[in-house]
Amino acid sequence: MTLFLSQLLNGIHVGSIYALIALGYTMVYGIVQLINFAHGDILMLSAYLVVVGITKLGLSPALSVLLSIVVAVVFGVILERVAYRPLRSSPRISSLITAIGVSMLMQNVAQLIFSPNPIPYPITLSVPALNLGGLYLSFTTLLTVVLSVGLMFLLQIFVSSTKAGKAMRAVSEDTGTALLMGIHVNRIISLTFAIGSGLAAIGSLLYCIAYPSVAPTLGSLPGIKAFIAAVLGGIGLIPGAMLGGFILGIAESLAKAYISSRMSDAIVYGILIIVLLFKPAGLLGTKTREKV
Amino acid sequence: MLIVKDLSLYFGAIHALHGISFHVEEGEIVTLIGANGAGKTSILCAISRILPIKTGDIIFNGNSITNTAPHLLPQYGLSQVPEGRRVFARMSVKENLEMGAFFRKDTAQIRRDRDRVYEQFPRLKERRHQLAGTLSGGEQQMLAIGRALMSSPKLLMMDEPSMGLSPILVSEIFEIIKTINEAGTTVLLVEQNANMALSVSHRGYVLETGKIIAEGKSQDLLNNELVKKAYLGIA
Repeated sequence: MTLFLSQLLNGIHVGSIYALIALGYTMVYGIVQLINFAHGDILMLSAYLVVVGITKLGLSPALSVLLSIVVAVVFGVILERVAYRPLRSSPRISSLITAIGVSMLMQNVAQLIFSPNPIPYPITLSVPALNLGGLYLSFTTLLTVVLSVGLMFLLQIFVSSTKAGKAMRAVSEDTGTALLMGIHVNRIISLTFAIGSGLAAIGSLLYCIAYPSVAPTLGSLPGIKAFIAAVLGGIGLIPGAMLGGFILGIAESLAKAYISSRMSDAIVYGILIIVLLFKPAGLLGTKTREKV
Repeated sequence: MLIVKDLSLYFGAIHALHGISFHVEEGEIVTLIGANGAGKTSILCAISRILPIKTGDIIFNGNSITNTAPHLLPQYGLSQVPEGRRVFARMSVKENLEMGAFFRKDTAQIRRDRDRVYEQFPRLKERRHQLAGTLSGGEQQMLAIGRALMSSPKLLMMDEPSMGLSPILVSEIFEIIKTINEAGTTVLLVEQNANMALSVSHRGYVLETGKIIAEGKSQDLLNNELVKKAYLGIA
């Protein structure tokens, strides 16, 4: 029972990181129907920024993290402006390939600057774990879950009750009609990239605290997992990304404990395939029909 | 109020509009009628700047809006009810109306306008917390009209508001158009239902494959032999 509960905690821990990253994929997809494959690499960018901030610039960890978030946000906005906006009216495959290209470019530039060798992440948390009657709850897990859930909650409030958030939903449903309403669509798209990238930078912090090694390919694995989480929950849907992230994290960590740690990824992908067979639009996705 | 001069538009290599010119005066209901594919929707989308214009000039209230950013047009008093309603299905009725007033900041006036829309469409008030996607087709059309009215437009462009509705709803929609016009909003109406459109409007233009082939007072168009034969189904 203790094993089960502690694995469940681990699952919620990684799941909440996946969910944070998945939000970026799903929001961008929802608004411009683009799978931003460079999203995972924003994690890598933020991680290196923290490394540079602390070890090269001598900034405090808090300031370095803040710097990494700000730069990630600006980078996300510029990325959309430079790489994706010019292709918005081209076939979708063009922007998809551009996204893959951006991802490769970022990884290669990182290799050039930092070499392919992993370096340690300079932030570690050494707060003793809480003992809950034999079940250990680490401070990292607590921080990760509280921070992620808090951010998701704020995002949900933003999207459901602010004017900009509602405009975001309107653009994501129907860009042309949103334009007719006088919504500055380009600004809303930039805002979406900004939020997604900011969440990725925070996701990067939480991920690197859990797996404290920074390499140019850092973003690939959590990136692809978060993408799967977004698809699993229903891509384009914010609650779907959260649900998908948690399901994925929990399934992965239970599979590691009870089935096989080497098979855990295969099991996770298997879950995705089975879910998509029965619900092609994801767990929360629905097909909207035209009313007469 | 609206002057369209020599408007041409291409879809790829296809020349969709050939030098269209027409005008709408303040207080009028002007209708553009024509068969499917004649270019009616393209004209509205060109005015709203959703489609790129090849040549031509669009003048609204004395100013050229040919190069205006499309999201600014509602602020100038130009609003469009898009073809096929296009309500935001996953947003509530109330939120849809809020989107219609997106650029406005005068909260009190927005609330008054919303109450007026609710007064005109009591069904929308009853269903204001429902998702727009759960409304019936007629209710969605009313929401689309109400949403466009929320920008308090000077000129309301309506694209096929009767499409896909039952005959009773169709006459209701045309009554609503008249009421909106009587309240002081100029209307540019695009319709396939030529008979209905000509009977509520003051003037009309007949379009065929991207050209205007006839124009005049709606009453005269209703009696025009060519129009009767081609669009009203009267031999």
